[in-house]
Amino acid sequence: MKEEIIIAGFGGQGVLSMGKILAYSGVMQGMEVSWMPSYGPEMRGGTANVTVILSDEPISSPILHEFDTAIILNQQSMDKFEKAVKPGGMLIYDGNGITRHPSRKDINIYRVDATEEAVRMRSIKTFNMIVLGAYLKLKKIVEMDNVLKGLKKSLPERHHHLIPMNEKAILRGGEIIREISVVE
Amino acid sequence: MIDVKDIIKPENLVFKKSKVLTDTPMHYCPGCSHGVVHNLIAEVIEEMEIQETTIGVAPVGCSVFAYNYIDIDWHEAAHGRAPAVATGIKRLMPDKFVFTYQGDGDLAAIGTAETIHACNRGENITIVFINNGIYGMTGGQMAPTTLEGMVASTCPSGRDHARDGYPIKMSDLVAQLPGTCYVTRQAVHTAGAVRKAKKAIRKAFENQKRKKGVSLVEVVSTCNSGWKMSPVDANNWMAENMFPFYPLGDLKDE
Amino acid sequence: MKGNEAIAEAAIRYGVDGYFGYPITPQSEVMETLMAMRPWETTGMVVLQAESEVASINMLYGGAGSGKRVMTSSSSPGISLMQEGISYIAGAELPCVIVNVVRGGPGLGTIQPSQSDYFQAVKGGGHGDYKLIVLAPSSVQEMADFVGLAFDLAFKYRNPAMILSDGVIGQMMEKVELDEYRPRWTDEEIIEKNPWAATGKKPVRGQNIMTSLHIQAVDQENVNRRLQAKYKEMQEKEVRYETFMCDDAEYLIVAFGSAARISKKSVELAREKGIKVGLLRPITLFPFPYKEIGSYADQIKGILVPEMNAGQMIEDVKLAVNGKVDVEHYGRMGGMIFSPDEVENALEELIIGG
Repeated sequence: MKEEIIIAGFGGQGVLSMGKILAYSGVMQGMEVSWMPSYGPEMRGGTANVTVILSDEPISSPILHEFDTAIILNQQSMDKFEKAVKPGGMLIYDGNGITRHPSRKDINIYRVDATEEAVRMRSIKTFNMIVLGAYLKLKKIVEMDNVLKGLKKSLPERHHHLIPMNEKAILRGGEIIREISVVE
Repeated sequence: MIDVKDIIKPENLVFKKSKVLTDTPMHYCPGCSHGVVHNLIAEVIEEMEIQETTIGVAPVGCSVFAYNYIDIDWHEAAHGRAPAVATGIKRLMPDKFVFTYQGDGDLAAIGTAETIHACNRGENITIVFINNGIYGMTGGQMAPTTLEGMVASTCPSGRDHARDGYPIKMSDLVAQLPGTCYVTRQAVHTAGAVRKAKKAIRKAFENQKRKKGVSLVEVVSTCNSGWKMSPVDANNWMAENMFPFYPLGDLKDE
Repeated sequence: MKGNEAIAEAAIRYGVDGYFGYPITPQSEVMETLMAMRPWETTGMVVLQAESEVASINMLYGGAGSGKRVMTSSSSPGISLMQEGISYIAGAELPCVIVNVVRGGPGLGTIQPSQSDYFQAVKGGGHGDYKLIVLAPSSVQEMADFVGLAFDLAFKYRNPAMILSDGVIGQMMEKVELDEYRPRWTDEEIIEKNPWAATGKKPVRGQNIMTSLHIQAVDQENVNRRLQAKYKEMQEKEVRYETFMCDDAEYLIVAFGSAARISKKSVELAREKGIKVGLLRPITLFPFPYKEIGSYADQIKGILVPEMNAGQMIEDVKLAVNGKVDVEHYGRMGGMIFSPDEVENALEELIIGG
């Protein structure tokens, strides 16, 4: 079992922390993990991305050129990473701000309108958890118990009261995800 | 005829070399202030009985070999870095007495940042600062403390502030910093001045016990070789020219 | 845990006495982690933010001369500033650990990962004939483990040791198993283990003077001879490396640090295509595994050296095989990172096809 994921979007969308929670969830499940972020000034407002690998075997390269799953949260990232999904792989994206929708037919494409949903839930900060929930609904790579443990581990103690809200967002993400079929 | 051996007898002894000074003959020029200041430091260490707990940091400059003369453990620092080296030693061994011995090029030019920041952090160290207004070791070049109009090999027509900038008063600068507790300017050109300078050095070492920050003793000094004067002329020149710009006395004593 | 955080955690657990540093991307988390953990309240470790890298390396000099375990971390431009102090420490034969989380250069360069400081690290770096012990971690686990290893080697040989990492290993997160806490050396232990240290002159011994100054040429040459003998001993006893699928290899990839990590995947990709390639990863960059790489020269048809620089370690690989085998470099520079397929393609194009 090995899952290679890229999560990409704007800095401030919680891209890195979503990856971190996923990585910690993998640790809680006893898996090997690696979390490799883009870093530097681009963290602050520019594009941000993180490569997360969850595996039963030791992980060789933390840097990858193709992915089982791409989670894409802005147009720049769509342009950059749609083509990096392995044939038969999965692309999940938030439609908000996307002007050119994904068009590959050899991959499975899903849309989760997490930005809209987060506004509706009056909890814009849990946006990334809605996306994570959508992903976990499709790939049950880690148990929900371990996700909650991972959440707890990656949140500082003073934010632990926010865990129920995050949990709700994760569940909501699973409900609103929908498959997109690409037609000519 | 009297033999030297007949003179060297305990009953004839009027002045004793500090046991903290080694027997190595000093390489300093006759008339140089370094030897006197070395002796004062050795005497203070002996009187305070801290030979086993004192670590010196030697600079680059004429006093680069200070460790050959004062019989304690030493570090030989890179040019200007002595206050940083002393910081490392004192932070890791706070119960030791740690001092740097630096010239004006070392402390006030290449090591300005290390000096200012060690003073600003309030490291519990003693800094002995020899200010003779010239680079002695490398052969008499202009120092940051060279007086305006004063001749050096790199300002042969005299220091001109339009070209060379102004002489810097480091003691006045660091006295402004809350991390220093004692800043004083002394000289060793007369017996009276030597006694005062020794008291200042003693106080600067004693202050380390109080953990109140940096104690800096500037010694306005002669470099008769670099100045190209006889030792007596150099002392007179210093009193006439250096003291008006670098007046002696305490700048800070808290 | 991030690689940079692992360094900090491992330092406290290993009983390090002092850390002196100055912030620079991409390694500021080392000092930030230390300051957040407040080890001065637990192990008694001193952590100090200096005014510059010049100051922090000289604080190390003072601390190392006291017989204590002291370390700093920085990134390329900061390490350049430290070269003066490193040369003095090597000359005075004092042990300490310096971590370089390399970023692309020259000059201010980029903050993105690079391996362009290889020459600086393994060939000396500052003035004079000297060497650092250089360890190249390729995982977060090794970032933690090499802190202790670097100190052990540094004290064994009274020589500064460098952990040569980069932004990939510094910034990535992986699982880590940390060692148990061990106490710092007591003052008595330091005097016993490090009788050379400037801990205050005792009547039973002469002065201990930490210096790299030997004004008589004949004295300086004797010091240089002693240093060279020490480096030779390291070369004989301390070479560390790792091999992956080398036994039946017809081709070899030689890579260090993060490049080795990426290349491991390239080996997997090539093996899937039936190409018999192995990976040899030098762990000690000085001493370099010349003999060990050389021993493959008769078995293999070519060596690819992927590095995130313009070709630096390749010179040592070429020395190792001494012309017996074709050795080619594949590099990305300036903070660009190659991907596993790029390295695999380079192997096919430059070595197998070439």
